[in-house]
Amino acid sequence: MSERVAVRKTYKLFIGGKFPRSESGRSYLVQDSNVSLASRKDARDAVVAARAAVKGWAGATAYNRGQILYRVAEMLEGRRDQFVGLGIPADEVDTAIDRWVWYAGWADKLPQVYGGANPVAGPYFNLSTPEPTGVVAVVAPESPALLGLVSVVAPAIVTGSTVVVAASPSAPLAAVTLAEVLATSDLPGGVVNLLTGRITETVPTLAAHLDVNAIDLAGVVDTDLAADLEGRAAENLKRVLRPLPADHDWAGDPGLARMTALLETKTVWHPKGV
Amino acid sequence: MTATTTSARSDLSELGRSETALRTFLHGLPGVDQVGAEQRAAQLGTRSIKTTAKAEAIDLAIRMVDLTTLEGADTPGKVRALAAKALRPDPADPTCPHVGAVCVYPAMVPHVAEVLRGSAVHLASVATAFPSGQAPLDVKLADTRAAVAAGADEIDMVINRGAFLAGRYTEVYDEIVATKEACGDAHLKVILETGELATYDNVRRASWLGMLAGGDFIKTSTGKVPVAATLPVTLVMLEAVRDFRAATGRQVGVKPAGGIKNTKDAIKYLVLVNETVGADWLSPDWFRFGASSLLNDLLMQRTKLTTGIYSGPDYFTLD
Amino acid sequence: MMFEYAPAPESRAIVDIRSSYGLFIDGKFVDGENLDKTVNPATEEVLAEVTWAGTQDVDRAVRAARKAYDKVWGPMPGRDRAKYLYRIARLVQERSRELAVLESLDNGKPIRESRDVDLPLVAAHFFYYAGWADKLPYAGFGADPQPLGVAAQVIPWNFPLLMLAWKVAPALAAGNTVVLKPAETTPLTALLFAEICQQADLPAGVVNIVTGAGDTGRALVEHPGVDKVAFTGSTGVGKAIARSVAGTRKKVTLELGGKAANIVYDDAPIDQAVEGIVNGIFFNQGHVCCAGSRLLVQENVAEQVLDALKRRMALLRVGDPLDKNTDVGAINSAAQLARIRELSDAGAAEGAQRWSPPCELPERGFWFAPTIFTGVTQAHRVAREEIFGPVLSVLTFRTPAEAVEKANNTPYGLSAGIWTDKGSRILWTADRLRAGVVWANTFNKFDPTSPFGGYKESGYGREGGRHGLEGYLNV
Repeated sequence: MSERVAVRKTYKLFIGGKFPRSESGRSYLVQDSNVSLASRKDARDAVVAARAAVKGWAGATAYNRGQILYRVAEMLEGRRDQFVGLGIPADEVDTAIDRWVWYAGWADKLPQVYGGANPVAGPYFNLSTPEPTGVVAVVAPESPALLGLVSVVAPAIVTGSTVVVAASPSAPLAAVTLAEVLATSDLPGGVVNLLTGRITETVPTLAAHLDVNAIDLAGVVDTDLAADLEGRAAENLKRVLRPLPADHDWAGDPGLARMTALLETKTVWHPKGV
Repeated sequence: MTATTTSARSDLSELGRSETALRTFLHGLPGVDQVGAEQRAAQLGTRSIKTTAKAEAIDLAIRMVDLTTLEGADTPGKVRALAAKALRPDPADPTCPHVGAVCVYPAMVPHVAEVLRGSAVHLASVATAFPSGQAPLDVKLADTRAAVAAGADEIDMVINRGAFLAGRYTEVYDEIVATKEACGDAHLKVILETGELATYDNVRRASWLGMLAGGDFIKTSTGKVPVAATLPVTLVMLEAVRDFRAATGRQVGVKPAGGIKNTKDAIKYLVLVNETVGADWLSPDWFRFGASSLLNDLLMQRTKLTTGIYSGPDYFTLD
Repeated sequence: MMFEYAPAPESRAIVDIRSSYGLFIDGKFVDGENLDKTVNPATEEVLAEVTWAGTQDVDRAVRAARKAYDKVWGPMPGRDRAKYLYRIARLVQERSRELAVLESLDNGKPIRESRDVDLPLVAAHFFYYAGWADKLPYAGFGADPQPLGVAAQVIPWNFPLLMLAWKVAPALAAGNTVVLKPAETTPLTALLFAEICQQADLPAGVVNIVTGAGDTGRALVEHPGVDKVAFTGSTGVGKAIARSVAGTRKKVTLELGGKAANIVYDDAPIDQAVEGIVNGIFFNQGHVCCAGSRLLVQENVAEQVLDALKRRMALLRVGDPLDKNTDVGAINSAAQLARIRELSDAGAAEGAQRWSPPCELPERGFWFAPTIFTGVTQAHRVAREEIFGPVLSVLTFRTPAEAVEKANNTPYGLSAGIWTDKGSRILWTADRLRAGVVWANTFNKFDPTSPFGGYKESGYGREGGRHGLEGYLNV
């Protein structure tokens, strides 16, 4: 009796809710698989997809966004073994699942915690509300491959921004698999776009791109590269999150900072009169 | 005036015939933001009017005073004295101008008329069951005719605030039209009693209603309710007369009344006129102050400017 | 009759301007070598000589700030920092007329505005942040937020003392020390503020003031000893700063340019809207980053609104900034006047119709008549570039969606205005505007409790309110 021949998986990019190969036709061998080697053009396409998704995602109710993030946690829970099979430690998978749950709950709470009425000295109603900054480019940390990625993507999208994330070049399989989870979690296409390949190839394009509003350099290890990317980001005054230290505790309390750094506070005034 | 203005005029004259048309028009006027209107008035209140400008403003303000007494205790003697003061506010200074008008109750009109006869000082009488207006229409009209017959050439009427606030605009309109008719040649000032209208939107609507119905002046207050003239109310009324003239070609005057006690206040109103409707309204024909104690303060300030010495109340007649 | 207002000048005797000023470093005024003059833009009269700080002066100031941070201000309990800030707030109130006159002399803004807007807000800002100094654990940034250290602060010339207050008050409340560089054309109120710090017995080195131009600012921002950079000014310089701090630990907040849309719907309270348009663009000669410099008026009321606007503009009193009745003062500098002229000429050359009311301008000094451009399209330079002067571009729109689209069609995103009597339309519009401050049925209102700052290329970070502390804490 012959053994069944397994169906192998092709690891592709995730752009606009679809899984295209790199337009360059290139791939690279990593983790025993051929993974798409994204080009600068792929990065630009991802920005277009992310921008197109902003209106619907930012305009969705916070309740709806929270439900979708929670749905991601549900789907991830169901695929727990698959991630363990990719070599992700079980406790990291658990923490990653819990992280989605944690962020899911923030969707309809952060505007209350971070915004509110201001007691201005005059006959005015004055309210500050946080709004998503728009399109965020994210460099995911090399490791932990799953928890690191979740910890930078979830805080960006929970408030209504959309992301183009450069996955860990050395461990992209978890990222692509997570994209499959996202694709089946009612998350609108384009809210998360995933690029695999070389950071040095795609991220400078994202850092300089004028239709990107913010860049999270969490996973950039090379300090010269980080400085170069931050310098490029100045061209349209992107909000910049600088690299995290190598010993960052990804399992610890994430706090609000990664969410609030990607928010714009809008303050609306109106007179009070009859 | 252009053809459009003429047609606008005839369109507007039709409004009073239909409650719906009148309501639609009045409610279609631009709203007034309370905070914005009050800030504009307050900002104009910070204008600093000094030296020559102050002297000119004081003389103009004197000429705009409707020197008023509306008390149950008014006597023929008292109103005659008031009329004499209207003619020569400062007997010591012949250059001091006379006031715009004397304003009294109808019963006092004959006594004032005796004094003012042949002068340029107008004789105004409140009528239409002032200050409440709570009388049958024929009583109010009789009141008006009597005052005119006794010598008043200006009638200050009160609108029916109850009807206005209840939205019975044609009722208010018809009453003003009837009173205007009863006035004959006398000028009609329509008192809106803005202190009871609650909102600036209502002030604007009532202003238009008064003008559409034929009022020659719109006036803020009777002086008999707690809130009388204010700068922002007057601002809104000035905007209304400005817009009304632009729409119809007819110029209507404005009279704030009550609560304007001193020169500083009066000058703020003149600044308001100057920077809202401009020079065309800076005349006693188009702007009046309904006031009593204001005149003495204007006279004291006037004396100070001419002599350089601050005067005191002992040097001016009490009314 | 014509009612002409006689001149009503505010007395300048209240302010005693020295012939020359040093730098304020470590609690003392110290002499420098490079002197330059600051002039009254309304007359071109020289007001004083001020020192232009060089690299070494900046270094001394940063060291003084570091020492004060390490030894005095950092360790000091918040309740004591609070009391110093309250003292400063009171001193500003007590000396407010003096500061207002000096501000109008050095900046050219009308005394009515420096007296009624700038100075009350300055005092209020210090009073507000004073109260935060001992309450930082309750500000929502965690149980024990820490200051950053030394803050380098570079401020513009349009609201010299107010921008100083916006920078210094939150920095000190959070426990930082500061080195502040005022703009080269308006250094005098900052130097008088230094005297107020002395009068308040503020410990030496907590506030340092280095005067100078762009080079001084660059030396300060790029100094390796600073932990925080706060800048208000042009987007161009803001980008240069963002580049220069790349790869450093410095935390940055930037409050930059704008090209705000002021949207007037057909159901607006028209008279107040016209006031709001005037206040939006002619307040402070239009030298306001959040100025409503693009009027978007609904087509069906455009003629009515424009007629009213022109009528109102004809009443603006342009002239002597110290006259209490002046509405529009002097342009701050010859350079700024040249820029306003250049962009206005471009507007006319590109086919927009230019209009100004009859307006007599003084012969000496820097002046520009209030101006509007009609027939402007989104492609015109006057609709895209920040003019920073009393020049309004008028565009029309037909539908709310078009208004929002035009309003957002700019790299800037600082402020916007909405005029309509319909509440749901305000909220619909405000939701869609990409701007940090949205004034509905009002314009150019400020308050220390209210966060202020931009989206997109108008900068990042917020000043004012609880949000304003965040830029000065390690959170």
